[in-house]
Amino acid sequence: MEVQSMHFKARAGQKLADARLQKNLKKLSEKFVTARASAIAELDDFEAIRDAAVERRNRALENLDGWLDCFERNATARGAQVLYAETHEEAARLIVEIARQHGVRKVTKSKSMVSEEIGLNQAFEAAGIQPVETDLGEYILQINQNEAPSHIIAPVIHKDKEEISDLFAKAHSTTRKTEINELTREAREVLRGHFLSAEMGVTGANFLIAETGSVAIVTNEGNEGMCTIMPPKVHVVLTGIEKVLPTLEDLATLMRLLPRSATGQQISNYFSILTGPRGAGEPDGPEHMYYVLVDAGRTGLLGGEFQEMLRCIRCGACMNHCPVYQKIGGHAYGWVYPGPMGSVLTPSYVGVENALDLPHAATLCSQCAVVCPVRIPLPDLLRKLREKQWERGLRPWYEKVGVAVWAFAAMRPALYAFGSRVAVRALKWMGGDRRRIRNLPFAAGWTRSRDFPAPSGRTFREMYRERRRP
Amino acid sequence: MKVGLFVTCLVDAVRPEIGFSAIRLLETAGFEVVVPEWQTCCGQPAYNSGDSRTARVLAEKLLAEFESFDYVVVPSGSCGGQIKVQYIELFRDDPDLKARIERLADKTFELTDFIVNVAKCALPASGFTGTITYHDSCSGLRELGVKKQPRQLLAMLPAVTLTEMKDCEQCCGFGGTFSVKYGDISGAIVDEKCQNIHATGAGAVVLGDLGCMLNIEGRLRRIGDEKTRVLHIAQVLAGDA
Repeated sequence: MEVQSMHFKARAGQKLADARLQKNLKKLSEKFVTARASAIAELDDFEAIRDAAVERRNRALENLDGWLDCFERNATARGAQVLYAETHEEAARLIVEIARQHGVRKVTKSKSMVSEEIGLNQAFEAAGIQPVETDLGEYILQINQNEAPSHIIAPVIHKDKEEISDLFAKAHSTTRKTEINELTREAREVLRGHFLSAEMGVTGANFLIAETGSVAIVTNEGNEGMCTIMPPKVHVVLTGIEKVLPTLEDLATLMRLLPRSATGQQISNYFSILTGPRGAGEPDGPEHMYYVLVDAGRTGLLGGEFQEMLRCIRCGACMNHCPVYQKIGGHAYGWVYPGPMGSVLTPSYVGVENALDLPHAATLCSQCAVVCPVRIPLPDLLRKLREKQWERGLRPWYEKVGVAVWAFAAMRPALYAFGSRVAVRALKWMGGDRRRIRNLPFAAGWTRSRDFPAPSGRTFREMYRERRRP
Repeated sequence: MKVGLFVTCLVDAVRPEIGFSAIRLLETAGFEVVVPEWQTCCGQPAYNSGDSRTARVLAEKLLAEFESFDYVVVPSGSCGGQIKVQYIELFRDDPDLKARIERLADKTFELTDFIVNVAKCALPASGFTGTITYHDSCSGLRELGVKKQPRQLLAMLPAVTLTEMKDCEQCCGFGGTFSVKYGDISGAIVDEKCQNIHATGAGAVVLGDLGCMLNIEGRLRRIGDEKTRVLHIAQVLAGDA
């Protein structure tokens, strides 16, 4: 996907002004936040399960090449082919080639954020192959001129039912439906034909299991099964190399946290573990199975200060609980992954210089770290990205000068005391009788939406000195 | 026992009366309070801007000024968190300084945490009267575990009624320079906070951090609320409000 993160500020402004979006984003706290809280409260010992999950994810990452080898061996032994792609382009090219080899003209897709990363739908279309999204949210976006998802597990959270009703009536040339079950039935009717006529299914992976060579997929609509078990001759699993887990036991631990953290469910409606293509005498499954495992920046995080980010299990809890995401939604972040996890991943994968706003567009309130099931220290990682920007001189000149002038004074207490005394008097004067400033010349961002309460005119230290004078 | 009071730069400049309320609280609890005259800032603005070199220099300055006290008390969760939690990060690779910083961190307390856990809830008589709601500021809550302490102390005031607001643990949108760099996003977040405050019908919102205080007060006044008072917990506990 093309990176638009450099337009963060302008896009965030549009999103704040969009009253309909603001109403739709309320669903986040009403639905996900409350549901997660009660699902987590049901667990006997959430903190201990988190510790175990961290340990198991770390074990996989600390020996990632070894576990990938193990995965490849076992998946190959079960008849699948494992391919690696170093870049997004390479991944898209490999999948298009697989489709061509098998004479594929139509592909059904289950939800995959890596597919957004590599721009798979565009690559298919360029090759004359029709991709059909079958996750309901992703399908809605596809028929809306390939709109980008705004959330990693609820891609269409930014839309309401009315918008979807309009869209269905237009895209399907049907009468406008208003009931949710009518809308889902209409989608089902459209998708059914595609399930039966597609030659290939593409899915993502929530986890890869090294010891069995399997893929684990979590969904709520169950269409993933239609993409993998029903007619398609070919199943392609597309995912990042970091998704591997050594054992099924690891999977069991992670599954105690993933649905609860994501949607507040004890377990998702559907949960598949698929191992290899259809074997002799088996009634279902694809004839051919491929894994395309994507690097595209991930090895760059291994062994460094951002390695912990690779533990991410894509539950979306960090964005659901983020005060900034709750106000602007996912599109403003400008690439595939939004919210706190996206503000770490985007600069890491597409270059710090291409996403200067993201690490700064956070209040560092730490709620994301509190809810992250695998204890990724997101605020610390955001701050480390700020350090990188600073070290590389990527901040605007006025910020560098501002911090330098302030730091110069803060190291010289007499100068600092004098400067504060002048400043508080000036600000008091600016505040006037109402003791508040409506327009701060050097901090217009503050006074656009709030007043600045004026200082009382003298600093604590000058008053303290007077009061203590014998 | 000697307590070094780290006033914080915002109290020093904008709300000096809070510093005096803090002194009154600490002295009532029987501590000798010293305010090192040449203190400036804990370095958080530099740290959060990515300038860790400057943050280290200011951390060393604060360390030298405060390490001789029995306790260090800070009337702010975010400055307290900076000293107690973040400084250690800054000196990861310097064992000598790290050891000194750890000793400093061990004796540094956010004000209400200190009054509850060290001063064992010794409070002056406060004549504060009214209905209040309490906003949990992020660093105090999530870095220092300040949650029950202010409520426990407020419950000791006979004429105070506390009504909790919806999402009292949600960030107010201040975030330091975030509030200036991304003023519109910050404004939308604090607007929601103000709605939650209004819904309680409380006469005052009480909190423990100057950043949140200026942010919330600024927004309340901008939307025409001249009535709801915004108070630091030290002012309420000391009966200075």
